[in-house]
Amino acid sequence: MDVSGDLFLELSGIRKSYGGHLVLDGVGLAVARGSFVALVGRSGSGKTTLLKSINRLIEVDSGSIVLDGTDVQAIPPAELRRRIGYVFQGIGLFPHMSVAENIAIVLRLSGTPADERVARVRELLRLVDLPEDFADRNARLLSGGQAQRVGLARALAARSPLMLMDEPFGALDPVTRDELGRAYRSLHETLGLTTIMVTHDMSEALLLADRIAVLVDGRILADAEPRALLEHEQPAAVRALLEVPRHQAERLAALQGRR
Amino acid sequence: MNPALADAMAALPALLRAHVVISGAALAIGVLVGFPLALWAAASRRVRVPVLAFAGLVQTVPALALLALFYPMLLVVRQAVGVPLPALGFLPALIALSLYALLPIVRNGVVAQQSLDPAVIEAADGAGMTRRQRLLLVELPLGAPVMLAGIRTAAVWTIGAATLATTVGQPSLGNLIFSGLQTEDWIRVLVGCVASAALALIVDALLALIEAGVARRSRWRLWVGLGLLVAGIGTALVPAQSGNGPGRTIVIGAKNFSEQYILADVIDTRLRAAGFATEQRQDLGSAVAYRALAAGDIDVYVDYTGTLWANVLGRKDTPPAAAMKAELTRQLEARDGVRLLGGLGFENAYALAMRRQRAAALGVASIADLAKVAPRLKLATDIEFLSRPEWRSVADAYGLRFAEQRAYNPTFMYRAIVDGSADVLSAFSSDGRIRSLDLVTLSDPKGALPNYDAVLLVSRRAAQDPALVGALRPLLGAIGVDRMREANLMVDRDTDKRTPGEAAAWLMQPAGR
Repeated sequence: MDVSGDLFLELSGIRKSYGGHLVLDGVGLAVARGSFVALVGRSGSGKTTLLKSINRLIEVDSGSIVLDGTDVQAIPPAELRRRIGYVFQGIGLFPHMSVAENIAIVLRLSGTPADERVARVRELLRLVDLPEDFADRNARLLSGGQAQRVGLARALAARSPLMLMDEPFGALDPVTRDELGRAYRSLHETLGLTTIMVTHDMSEALLLADRIAVLVDGRILADAEPRALLEHEQPAAVRALLEVPRHQAERLAALQGRR
Repeated sequence: MNPALADAMAALPALLRAHVVISGAALAIGVLVGFPLALWAAASRRVRVPVLAFAGLVQTVPALALLALFYPMLLVVRQAVGVPLPALGFLPALIALSLYALLPIVRNGVVAQQSLDPAVIEAADGAGMTRRQRLLLVELPLGAPVMLAGIRTAAVWTIGAATLATTVGQPSLGNLIFSGLQTEDWIRVLVGCVASAALALIVDALLALIEAGVARRSRWRLWVGLGLLVAGIGTALVPAQSGNGPGRTIVIGAKNFSEQYILADVIDTRLRAAGFATEQRQDLGSAVAYRALAAGDIDVYVDYTGTLWANVLGRKDTPPAAAMKAELTRQLEARDGVRLLGGLGFENAYALAMRRQRAAALGVASIADLAKVAPRLKLATDIEFLSRPEWRSVADAYGLRFAEQRAYNPTFMYRAIVDGSADVLSAFSSDGRIRSLDLVTLSDPKGALPNYDAVLLVSRRAAQDPALVGALRPLLGAIGVDRMREANLMVDRDTDKRTPGEAAAWLMQPAGR
């Protein structure tokens, strides 16, 4: 798909194999500044590997990744990751730290003064819709939804323009999941973020993203805006993924019509 | 206060201090080495398997043997490297105990690393922590309770095992236990055990406080625990005010039985009277004592001609007493620079002894008689006897074979013959219990057991000090076997027991007469 607006992130010819098994087979992806891209695919399609190659949590075998004009290989991994927000299904809050300490961790790593950190934490709690007195809570004692809001705040703390999200809402109950998804979408708008989100849930992708790239066996088989994806003819593997929300919608409509 | 208790309590502070220093140092090294080793082992299977196997193997070696092994090993290293490492005392004890502390520290360290939540590690990496930041900010704080539990285990083990450091000449609470066992001074044993157990419990409680402080993020717990621990070690490190004059401290060695303690006290008293600063290293094994003297780790001790002849010179013949002593004097001087000052005036030979009635009933008066009935009898010996060349020599000469032979701590060896669990024992001819238990020593018509005149040995360096040699000379020929037996009995008997120090004072009253 053509990238409109200015190019922010460009992946080309990405290959990666584990023990002889090819997981990414020459993947290319160009992402415009400010866009919200969903990487969709079934388990084992290579979508998480592709995501993690961007902040070098996984090193690729070949191919190039250029972020805002700089090859990521030229940036030390720790420094690169401080510039990129990262949210994942496991959340991974540091259990020995308070909510505030968790949120401020990247700021602490980059040497931001303590008083600035306190102010920033307050601001972030407001952004993710948590009460201010959460700052001193023990990270261990939060519910799943609260914990992922903190995870989100932690990823936003350094004002990274790029957010990488790996099934960020996958472990939450459906109501919380919907709530948090919409809350994030509006943060994406207001903060002017560029977001790449991995999900195996096509409905979530269709409802949140501006653009959907479908991975099948380590290749991108479809890459389009949600509406275009639904309207045009697609390969069988992509169609199978699209059938799921379509069937759900039809059945719901049928149930409501019958009432 | 009971004199035995008073005596033990007087010795306690210095020994406790030494015990804290040696076990604290060993634990510190165990942590400093074990900790990076655990991190390395957790990261790599190729390191983990051999490291844990090695640490486990060390644990299977009895602590006593582990300590004893480092003495000859350090001697070899010292010769190879040419650096004057002290092979006796602090260093071998430190190395052995540190190795002992390693297993729980490494094992818990590895477990702490491996049980970290992978999501937390991913979050740390994703947030942009370097390897070092991840370790300091995440892995260590989260693993601390498990790692501290390992350090607690190591602390309790080390404090317990440090009582055995006594056997390689490092003073510890073991001095009270070993000398108490030897002289059947149960109060002394009890004081040693209680002090060691109390020390272990206190240290464990302080470490538990630190552990709770880390786990609950409670600063006061952490600092109180740490503060008390550091204060304790600090107090132990403050050098004891001995009030001794300037100059080198003379180290007096003693093996692990009553006579040796008494004689060490006699030597100690004489040297102090002559103005020397002294310290004692007690409970040295036979082989360790001579080598320590040759290496200059101790300056003076009493040994026995037959022992030196067979064990040090490795000779199997048994020449007459005077010839043996002359040859020893020449050879020890030539070989190790050790000066044999002369005999104290009595012999402490290995002898085979039986209860008078039993010997009469069996018609046994000599070892030759014994050989005929031995296959029906049980032999009780001290720990060393059966592995000594003298035993092989006497067994070969007479064709001795017993129905059963068993090694005991000397105290229990005498018990065994009294209660009938043994018929014959390897006695020491100067032992007061021969008379008090009404035992007879069997004659040795073939002369298979060599002479065991008690002789005073001084190290090369001490021999060059005329004042020191002059202070010791009056002891030569001054102690007859009857007086030595009497003094030994004062310490070994069950009632009206005296301490080795009291026996030494008694022994010295007529000395120089």
